[in-house]
Amino acid sequence: MRVLFRNCFSIRIKPLPMQRLEGLSKLSGAERYLDDEPLEGSLKGCLWGMTVRSPISRGTIKRIVYGAGFDWSTFVVVEPADIPGPNETYLIENDQPVLAPGYVRHMHEAVALIAHEDRNLLRRAVSSVRVEVEAEPPVLDFRVAPHADQIQRGSDNLIKKLQIKKGDVHAAFANAFKIVEGEYETGAQEHVYIENNAMSAWIENGANGDVVVVRGSMQCPYYVLNALKHALKRDETRVRVIQAPTGGGFGGKEDYPSTIALHAALLAMKARRPVKIIYDRSEDMAATTKRHPSLVRHKTAVDKNGKLLAQQIEVILDGGAYVTLSPVVLSRGIIHAAGPYTCENVLIEGKAVLTNSVPYGAFRGFGAPQTIFACERHMDRIARALGLDPIEVRRINLLKDGQTTSTQQTISGGTDRHALLNETLRVSEYDKHKHESEAFNKTHPYLRRGIGIATVLHGAGFTGNGEVYLNSKVDVGANPDGKIEVLAASTEMGQGTNTVFTKIAADAAGYDTADVLVCVPDTFRVPNSGPTVASRTVMVVGKLVERAIDDLAVQLGQNGKPLRGPSLKKAITAWHAKNPGKELKGRATYTPPPNVKFDDKHYVGDAYATFAWGACVAHVEVDLRTAAVRVLDFTAMQDIGKVINPVLAKGQVQGGVVQAIGWALTEEFKFKDGGMLNNTLTNYIIPTSDDVPPIRVVFHENPYPFGGGGAKGVGELPMDGPAPAILNAVAHATGADARAIPLTPEHLLPLL
Amino acid sequence: MGFAISQSSMNDQAPQPSAGRNGTLAIRFTLNGREVAIAVDPTERLLDTLRYRLNLPGSKEGCGEGECGACTVIIDDLPANSCLVPTFQVRGCNVRTIESIPPSSLQPMLESGATQCGACTPGVVVTANWIKEHSGVLASHTMRALMAGNLCRCTGYDGIIDGLENWIGTPRGGRP
Repeated sequence: MRVLFRNCFSIRIKPLPMQRLEGLSKLSGAERYLDDEPLEGSLKGCLWGMTVRSPISRGTIKRIVYGAGFDWSTFVVVEPADIPGPNETYLIENDQPVLAPGYVRHMHEAVALIAHEDRNLLRRAVSSVRVEVEAEPPVLDFRVAPHADQIQRGSDNLIKKLQIKKGDVHAAFANAFKIVEGEYETGAQEHVYIENNAMSAWIENGANGDVVVVRGSMQCPYYVLNALKHALKRDETRVRVIQAPTGGGFGGKEDYPSTIALHAALLAMKARRPVKIIYDRSEDMAATTKRHPSLVRHKTAVDKNGKLLAQQIEVILDGGAYVTLSPVVLSRGIIHAAGPYTCENVLIEGKAVLTNSVPYGAFRGFGAPQTIFACERHMDRIARALGLDPIEVRRINLLKDGQTTSTQQTISGGTDRHALLNETLRVSEYDKHKHESEAFNKTHPYLRRGIGIATVLHGAGFTGNGEVYLNSKVDVGANPDGKIEVLAASTEMGQGTNTVFTKIAADAAGYDTADVLVCVPDTFRVPNSGPTVASRTVMVVGKLVERAIDDLAVQLGQNGKPLRGPSLKKAITAWHAKNPGKELKGRATYTPPPNVKFDDKHYVGDAYATFAWGACVAHVEVDLRTAAVRVLDFTAMQDIGKVINPVLAKGQVQGGVVQAIGWALTEEFKFKDGGMLNNTLTNYIIPTSDDVPPIRVVFHENPYPFGGGGAKGVGELPMDGPAPAILNAVAHATGADARAIPLTPEHLLPLL
Repeated sequence: MGFAISQSSMNDQAPQPSAGRNGTLAIRFTLNGREVAIAVDPTERLLDTLRYRLNLPGSKEGCGEGECGACTVIIDDLPANSCLVPTFQVRGCNVRTIESIPPSSLQPMLESGATQCGACTPGVVVTANWIKEHSGVLASHTMRALMAGNLCRCTGYDGIIDGLENWIGTPRGGRP
């Protein structure tokens, strides 16, 4: 086993890794996001579009009253009758309407669309519109069983129910040394990408008739394409989706841009003019998807050493008003619920339930941070119940290669999770901070310090057979000048896709990075490499980039021997000289790694082709006067296969950790009648630079042979551990047995 | 006002009237070293004047209420959220935007990973550049405190702080 710890915190990496391709453009303010673009070219004569939204959480629309004092003939108005195809947003179940069809299911649901060329007049006009809704009883608390008059789906409002079963928990409970139980809750979280949602649409002439073109901020161009095809009743030759520079996503631009794209397209089709829709922060926060709130119950049988004998876990997610992505968020949630531990008897039951909140959707981690929060708090509470050290309870249970997860997936790959844990403790100066904190707490009148840990795992790529169903494709174009162009739908949204794809392609081709181009995702130019989600881009799509280059190199080589470097470049230019005007491409389609099998009916088998592993340590200080928690130091250890770009990878981890610190301590949703009350950055509190310490990042490198450049996923893993580590540290500091986040001072005070 | 039919929409921005609706004010100010003469509506925000009328879209709108700092500009040598400044108030002032900072000077920020998605970045760079020009303030305040008016959701701030330290040329302190 090769173990290499790379401490990005203290070592200056030499030589410098490849720099972010569009970095200087972003730093200098030259990068043009959609709202920055002048209304020229395709946007000449552009109208602004806005959305009329529901004022209440549930009810039947009686009428829409367009306000007096406006010449409505100068506005373009779109209502459901203007939708050419089904009034459905294409996703897992297509149950979310594009515009509310006579009833509303959540506050701020889109009811109608209005466009005008004068943005200020449009704002006033939209404000004048009154949607009259006859209220029906909404479901506002996912933890409480609905009354009969609150049922809106099936007989019980259930969106999805899933189960994982291994061994026999009930027999194990009967023979347990001790049984530890606990109930854990996590709140909603808003993504707060700094660029709000933005989408434009216009009509072009095409070979088969007019083409609806949509360009905007998004993670998944082909999700948007499928939504347009479905609701506009057009084939892929008559809809085209292009990604604009995207200022952050975190899952928030996974599925919701499909809705905004449809809105922009419908307005543009009715107006026969280009339309831009730019959300402001309050609209973006109130109306778009969030992280699922969760309630997780653990019942665990242990022996006297803390060894897990049986884990019974119940997971309930608030799905919000429509199905959207909840079934797959639940799936990932329950698969991660038992943590990175081995246990012979596991029963996990999960359900996602419908409520009349904004639909909850994708957010970095996708259900795993919620269940891992519960698991890792519970591990500490097991240690406390047995009078054991929380580190030892983890050591005795951590998965070793050859052991199986809750879905009976046999773990392999050669990562030593015990070594990972030891290295995390060393880098974080765990023992020193622990002893110093305990001494400090004996003397200080009102400050209390403590240290906490979490050990985590994160399945990279789509769950189960998801990658097989996606059947992702990547092409590489070989240009007449010998350069190679990566053609994939995977988007750059800040995480570094363009830079990393360039590096992976250059390494595979034996090229200089200057001779590699990455195509802007455009459904007329790039094949469907799948959505830019699930920490899959470098690992899964990066591998396809390598294989597409191999395909090209073999096509041009002799007797199946691939060409590389200058000979490949020469062969490409020679081919074009012989075949003027023709296209030369290498292609690759996803094939699963050997022996990866998952039974998605019974949830047995290889839930993921591989897992990324991690551990983190939080050192905190609690002010007993204010109940405010401050993170003094934080260490994140990640096993992500091979690190392709240390600066970018470190940035993913540090950003993920800080986002998780916000989720753990300050980012609290306030609801009123099912709508977000604090939909502004004034009172939805994300961390500033002064709220967080430097984040120590350590990478464990163990190349994964089926990942691009040897990489495993990195994007989501950093979100999994910080919240439980921080609450474990608060428990160490104060004894407070907090089991819900965000742990704001208001929530901590009663526990002190 | 955003989607103002909702009672829960708290972020009611000041309406931005059409030209001439309330009468306009003629003002002059210095913008990135050049004199600008412009007629503005009294409620027009400096951010909109810069972005939509003076072709300087580098300053971004992240929140429209002075919390995120993506719209940070320098007015008479002090950082300000241009979304909170009525344009007429910069009459006679010296205004500098992200477009005044030479891209070639930003290499240290690039190498440290100070930008990811880039939406907060122009504001971050304007504040960082101001700290660099006034490094005496570091005697009394940490970089982290001085940068706290610029929200970033991608980097976790380390890339920004490291980049600023390299840009200014001070060694990183307080950490083994």
